[in-house]
Amino acid sequence: MTAPLIELRGITRTYGEGEAMVRALDGVDLIIREGEFVAIMGPSGSGKSTAMNIIGCLDRPSGGHYLFNGVEVATLDQDQRALLRRNYLGFVFQGFNLLARTTALENVELPLIYKGQPRAEREVRAREALNRVGLEGREHHHPSQLSGGQQQRVAIARALAGEPMVMLADEPTGNLDTTRSREIMELLRRLNREEGLTIVMVTHEEDMAAFASRLVVFTDGRVVRDEPVTEGAA
Amino acid sequence: MLWETVRLAFTAIIRNALRSFLTVLGVVIGVAAVIAMVTVGQGSSEQVSSNVESLGTNVLVLRSGARMMGPGTRDTAPAFKLADVEALRELTVLSAVAPVVSASETAVYGNTNRSTSITGTTSDYLEIGGWEIARGRGFTTLEDKSGANVCIIGETVRTSLFGATDSTGETIRVKAISCEVIGLLTAKGAGSFGQDQDDIIIMPVRTVQRRLIGDQDVASVSMQLASGVSTDRGISEIETLMRERRRIEIGEEDDFSVTDMKEIASMLNSVNSVLTGLLSSVAAVSLLVGGIGIMNIMLVSVTERTREIGIRLAVGAQAGQVLMQFLVEAVVLSVIGGVIGILTGLGLAYVAARIMVIPFAPNASVVLLAFVFSAVVGVIFGYFPARAAARLDPIEALRHQ
Ligand SMILES: Nc1ncnc2c1ncn2[C@@H]1O[C@H](COP(=O)(O)OP(=O)(O)OP(=O)(O)O)[C@@H](O)[C@H]1O
Ligand SMILES: [Mg+2]
Repeated sequence: MTAPLIELRGITRTYGEGEAMVRALDGVDLIIREGEFVAIMGPSGSGKSTAMNIIGCLDRPSGGHYLFNGVEVATLDQDQRALLRRNYLGFVFQGFNLLARTTALENVELPLIYKGQPRAEREVRAREALNRVGLEGREHHHPSQLSGGQQQRVAIARALAGEPMVMLADEPTGNLDTTRSREIMELLRRLNREEGLTIVMVTHEEDMAAFASRLVVFTDGRVVRDEPVTEGAA
Repeated sequence: MLWETVRLAFTAIIRNALRSFLTVLGVVIGVAAVIAMVTVGQGSSEQVSSNVESLGTNVLVLRSGARMMGPGTRDTAPAFKLADVEALRELTVLSAVAPVVSASETAVYGNTNRSTSITGTTSDYLEIGGWEIARGRGFTTLEDKSGANVCIIGETVRTSLFGATDSTGETIRVKAISCEVIGLLTAKGAGSFGQDQDDIIIMPVRTVQRRLIGDQDVASVSMQLASGVSTDRGISEIETLMRERRRIEIGEEDDFSVTDMKEIASMLNSVNSVLTGLLSSVAAVSLLVGGIGIMNIMLVSVTERTREIGIRLAVGAQAGQVLMQFLVEAVVLSVIGGVIGILTGLGLAYVAARIMVIPFAPNASVVLLAFVFSAVVGVIFGYFPARAAARLDPIEALRHQ
């Protein structure tokens, strides 16, 4: 078995103080190895997004240990965490988070700019990523000119463009119809199988979770179920 | 990466066209106002000092009444007579002495007329005032004394009465006097208060006294100090003589005053510094308005900018890279605004200088100051909110409402 890529030990995340304190994560233990395709499910408010943000180094836990590739993330400073995001992680937000008044192509190019890729190469890769999610011909549309599903696919393309080691996707098919959702899931499964991309994906749909190789269920800020997905469901 | 950052900044400027435009506008308003105001103020100062120079520093004016500047000096002190002028002529400290009697009348030539100021005086007046005869001649000694019906006219009067034709030898009528135009003065242009100095007719003092005013009074006496004589000594000799002639007891106040042109100069300067002060405060207010404008735009857009920063951080940008982008953006906008502001300000000042007939006097240090102020405002309000945002965890920045 490969070494753990992502290791959460006793992770807690609380919001607010005193009376109003919310325990969004209440001691999460989770180990994800390279090449896994993990689906996270659970009721709304169970802490899925909170956990994803911490794994994605967008947020910091209130307690516990998070090791990425064996490195304690808490020991990294802000710039080092930025490098970790830049070089290893691709994040698809539940709310897309695209730059306004910026074309789809430029949005997808964004992580590549910070990777220091030259312009011409950036554009080629960004177009490729947009093609992969079925958005050819929409390169020069602004987010406001795209449907919710199209925006979501731009967000997925952006996460893929940087060729990350791990893709973290928070409900990547939440705004897509079944056909589109399946296409995206096929794409993710292919990337996982053929290119060894590690994927952690939050979803509300059993159908989508079935594309994964492992299912983790959250309830009230804890992992309550963790099991392999039975092959052949999708 | 630096080049890439500059490109990002320019992209952001174009993408947020309205915000960029308003920021630039803020800088332009501040810079242009300051430069225009200060340049105009400077120009009028220069005008004043060159006028003061042309007044001549060795000229003294004797007036009846206690020392006081401006109107309201009228009191019971007796006027001077031509005998006083003759007595002053005896003083060796003075090289020229001219009585001055003024009236405002309408001069008529054919069917054109012009209302102008008539000065009754002697040839010495031309010397003291630095007047040159452009054509014709000045008064003869006999004309000075006799009260002949002759006159010397200023360029403005000539133009308005005679147009293109030569005036010398023609006869004009002023009230009951028909006088021959014997000379034309070289044009002097606008005076210290912007008045037209060439709108003048000069006649022998007795002519004006007798035929226009009807008394023997001399309103004031213009005098020129002999070379090498100090102003103080000149004034004191004049005062001694006049106290004696007017029989003023020791211990009593003078009932006349001797004004040195330096005093007039300092009065002009003080009027001018009030004007400059006024212009400067208007400029300061404009600068403030521009600054507040920039501040508002930056603060209003802080939410959007914070979210943008969150997105950039999330895809792997480091805080420093994001900040550099915002800093470049702020600097570029400030520089664009500054350059437009400088050009606009200088343009306005130039037009104003032409209209007000004052020198156009741009001043590099003011240009620099206005520019630096606006740049600082632009950078502070562009940069500091961005810095606060870039220090957040990406998720915090993304959640910013
Ligand atoms: N910024 C915040 N401030 C306060 N409480 C928060 C904040 N973000 C999340 N929470 C709370 O933390 C808990 C977990 O939220 P989280 O967004 O992780 O849920 P989720 O599982 O992703 O839900 P959903 O399926 O609806 O997206 C919720 O109770 C939520 O109210
Ligand atoms: Mg969520």
